[in-house]
Amino acid sequence: MTNAVHCHQLCRKFHQGGQTIHGLDHVDFDVAAGEFICLTGPSGSGKTTLLNAIGGLDRPDSGDIAVGGVSLNTLDQGALADLRLAHIGFVFQSYNLIPVLSARENIEFILLMQGVDATERHRLADDMLREVGLEGLGSRRPSELSGGQQQRVAVARAIVSRPTLVLADEPTANLDSHTAEQLMALFAELNLRHGTTFIVASHDPRVQHFARRLIRMQDGKIIEDHPLAHD
Amino acid sequence: MPLSLRLAWRNLWRHQRRTWLTVAAMALCNTLLIFMIGLQAGSYLTMLNNNLAVFSGHLQVQHRDYHDQPKPRFSVANGVALAARLRQLPEVSGAAARGMGFALLSSDKRSKAMQVIGVEAEYEASVSSIPGTLREGQYLSADTPNGVLLGQRSANHLKANIGSEITLLGSGRDGSFAASVLTVVGIVDSGMEEFDRNTVFIRLSDFQDIFSYGDEVSHIALLSASIFEVANTQAAIDGLIADRETLRSLDWDVLMPGLKQAIQSDIASALFIYTVLIIVVVFSVLNNQLMAVLERRKEYGILLSLGVAHRRLIGLLFTETALLALLGLLVGIALGGALNEYFAIVGVQFAGMEEMGEKFNLPARIHPITHPLTLLAGPIIVFIGSVFAALYPAIKLRHLNPVSARAGL
Repeated sequence: MTNAVHCHQLCRKFHQGGQTIHGLDHVDFDVAAGEFICLTGPSGSGKTTLLNAIGGLDRPDSGDIAVGGVSLNTLDQGALADLRLAHIGFVFQSYNLIPVLSARENIEFILLMQGVDATERHRLADDMLREVGLEGLGSRRPSELSGGQQQRVAVARAIVSRPTLVLADEPTANLDSHTAEQLMALFAELNLRHGTTFIVASHDPRVQHFARRLIRMQDGKIIEDHPLAHD
Repeated sequence: MPLSLRLAWRNLWRHQRRTWLTVAAMALCNTLLIFMIGLQAGSYLTMLNNNLAVFSGHLQVQHRDYHDQPKPRFSVANGVALAARLRQLPEVSGAAARGMGFALLSSDKRSKAMQVIGVEAEYEASVSSIPGTLREGQYLSADTPNGVLLGQRSANHLKANIGSEITLLGSGRDGSFAASVLTVVGIVDSGMEEFDRNTVFIRLSDFQDIFSYGDEVSHIALLSASIFEVANTQAAIDGLIADRETLRSLDWDVLMPGLKQAIQSDIASALFIYTVLIIVVVFSVLNNQLMAVLERRKEYGILLSLGVAHRRLIGLLFTETALLALLGLLVGIALGGALNEYFAIVGVQFAGMEEMGEKFNLPARIHPITHPLTLLAGPIIVFIGSVFAALYPAIKLRHLNPVSARAGL
């Protein structure tokens, strides 16, 4: 069976103030379809760099990455964008919703970019709002929503096209603990119901309660990789 | 409204004040362009109509060599009959045959070498405004044999009045001696100083007798329904004279090249001002859209990360810019059109332009004209320039890296 993600000997260096920083240092790992991974580690350990590399936002200096069996090294920027649009959902710490669009329109916008017709867009956006618990709030603009609600819209936007892989970078960082738990529960539900693969980079220990595999990074290396058992 | 258009429209109003300022700049530019182009067109049309209607007409039928060598022998045979046939053409609104010669004219007090023009008195008013500028006496007619019409200034120079005798001495078409004694029957004031000072009119039949022209004339002056119809009229005339190889028709452009050159020169200097105006507005739009791109870096970074291709975002940027420019275009056309209509009624007076006005036979007040071309030419160029101004912000957007954009770098 094809892995959702395959990384082999990924290296990425950054040069800062005359120093060379190893963002990724010979990273090897595979992710099976439907996994829920918590990627953890201190700041600067390489979590975001790894997510960017997997999402095709940043190219590693060496090594191979394949998403759904497709090697990212062979794709140009346009093809990478198409791959992200169709198969990868991103959730970030900052939601950065389009402020002049309503919650529903923010979700629809991604579908519009995929060429989905208007009727189907409305239906999918309403379904998605219901799924993330924002039924009835679709006409509100981001400024009229709480931080947690905005993050839910951002999640809905990221997963409305039913990506096979969701990459989340500190998604709970701006949320209170209750909202953060709700968000992670939503991720877990989506993971179970749709088999969507989740890789969530976070310092937040609560994320580990929902993940089934933990990868810990330090100085660009994977120093710990094991399943998580939950009662 | 499609979502992408809705987004572009709402994006415009993220910073209402900035958008309104940019729209105001575009609208002001468009208003000025519409008014200035309308005024220019109005002045050119007035200049052309006034100048061509005074004497030359929109077109002339001449001997094919007369324009380059205006010698008496290059004349039009059976000119009066030909003028009568030309008047039958539906495209021709007026036609009159003329004879042109030079002679020394003397009153009992003074002499002056002048141009003598023989006119078909009954038809001259259909091609020339001179008959309508009569100040004293009467116009030439069958009842004024050997009568002469003087310009106000030539009358002053010769110290001649109505009824004064003027002696004419010159040479005939065949080289013979041309002489006659004429009686002043009228004094005209065309408003063109040089013309009034150096030109006198007599009946064509008298001219043909005095200058030994027989049934020949120097040219036939013609007017078409309007200056915009000249090409059609010329085609019709050419069809009628096709069987007379010695003749050709000439339009006002050839007859009065100075007029066209004056217009072209004025257009060239006006274009410079228009270009500067448009560049200022284009930079205003460029600034507006560049600011928008820079402000939305994080937002664009997220969208790019979600798989929205650069080209899609660039498309949105151009849609937004086009809407902005369209707003400026519509407001500008409304304001410019209203301004044009107002001044079309009251006219615009330029202080200190009397000399120029006299040179080009312009009235004291110029009335701008409103025509689809005067209304749209400027605003459409501003529109295109404004959309073009989004090119630089689009290039910035094209090179936006999603990772650094998300980080706000």
